[in-house]
Amino acid sequence: MDDALHPYVLRLGDNALVLSQRLGEWCGKGPALEEDMALTNVALDLLGQARMWLSYAAELQGDGADEDSLAYHRNAPEFRNLLLVEQPNGSYADTLVRQFFFDAWHALALRELGRSSESRVAGIAQKAAKEVAYHLRRSSDLIVRLGDGTARSHEMMQAAVDNLWRFTGEMFETDAIDAAARAAGAGFDATSLRREWLAYVGEVLETGTLRMPPPEAWMQKGGKQGVHSEHLSRLLAEMQVLQRTHPGAKW
Amino acid sequence: MHTATTDVWRWLSEIPDPEVPAVSIVDLGIVRDVRHGADARLVVTVTPTYSGCPATEVIANSIREALQDHGVADARIEMQLSPAWTTDWLTPEAKEKLRRYGIAPPAGLAPGERAIDASRILRYRPADDGVTCPRCGSARTELISGFGSTPCKALYRCVACREPFDYFKPH
Repeated sequence: MDDALHPYVLRLGDNALVLSQRLGEWCGKGPALEEDMALTNVALDLLGQARMWLSYAAELQGDGADEDSLAYHRNAPEFRNLLLVEQPNGSYADTLVRQFFFDAWHALALRELGRSSESRVAGIAQKAAKEVAYHLRRSSDLIVRLGDGTARSHEMMQAAVDNLWRFTGEMFETDAIDAAARAAGAGFDATSLRREWLAYVGEVLETGTLRMPPPEAWMQKGGKQGVHSEHLSRLLAEMQVLQRTHPGAKW
Repeated sequence: MHTATTDVWRWLSEIPDPEVPAVSIVDLGIVRDVRHGADARLVVTVTPTYSGCPATEVIANSIREALQDHGVADARIEMQLSPAWTTDWLTPEAKEKLRRYGIAPPAGLAPGERAIDASRILRYRPADDGVTCPRCGSARTELISGFGSTPCKALYRCVACREPFDYFKPH
């Protein structure tokens, strides 16, 4: 087992997997056909990225694990995703704001990881960065259109921004796992990303006539260390039920 | 005896993309390399267009079948992520084939851009200009949906002839 990189790659894979599953819950229920297609296409990109990260994590783990065993046979405390991505879909405003906050971080994180000297991490990140750039463009566009839309859409978007803000701080927290990955040539300086993230998010929110909550507000954290909200257990119950009931089942 | 790689390239250029059959997998830039490995087995290197593209496995199977039809039973197919695929890997002929098929080819990327330009990621900008209608050629078009029938396409509408059309997303 590669202790420096394995938990770090697992975090990247879990973020993509959990958000993909959340977006998949909208399939067939989107507020418009175009939105339904967009959410499920973003989910598909994230699922592809999750497969690449988790396959690599499984190789680093090296005990016969594979992408499927990591996705279907771990319990909630073994998942290492950010709290933000496991938050329930809520209203469409909640889904869009969650996506926007994550996309803005994800684009920056992948840009940094793409410059990594660890070639496998760099390759996956460069591939994913192109997809996420498109996601960010779309979510930024919708923040502006719905923030600066009707009185009702503005109110719903502002409520979602205010409610989800407390889950954004965790993206810029660093611990020993981040430090070890950086030492192995694969991580990035989360503190410098925070400045860039705040500047970009602030600019888009302002264009959408939305108020950005104070950056120094109190923040929830723990997802990266496996301390999750109960929402994750419910998500996993649905995602894992088939493989837990019939291990190894195939199409 | 070695199979000539030029023959293999020709066979592969006859394999249509499963989702956009007007162009071949070679036109799309999905096939990166054809060579013989140290064990003399034929190795075909392919790259995915989108991470989650469901066509990737279908393409690998089509390659295996095509090679078997030509008597190469033990070819190995390798996946290569880097450098990442972009729509710049589309040949000019492929772009023309797309247009004739009714799909507007990608526009708006820097010429020759194959590497990641980080500055493009964070620039907040409106939809691409310069998407022309593949049917009537008008440049007066508008985006209907950023995502379309497959991961590689968006949906546009022509303001001049009123026809909706697929647009191959610049990537």
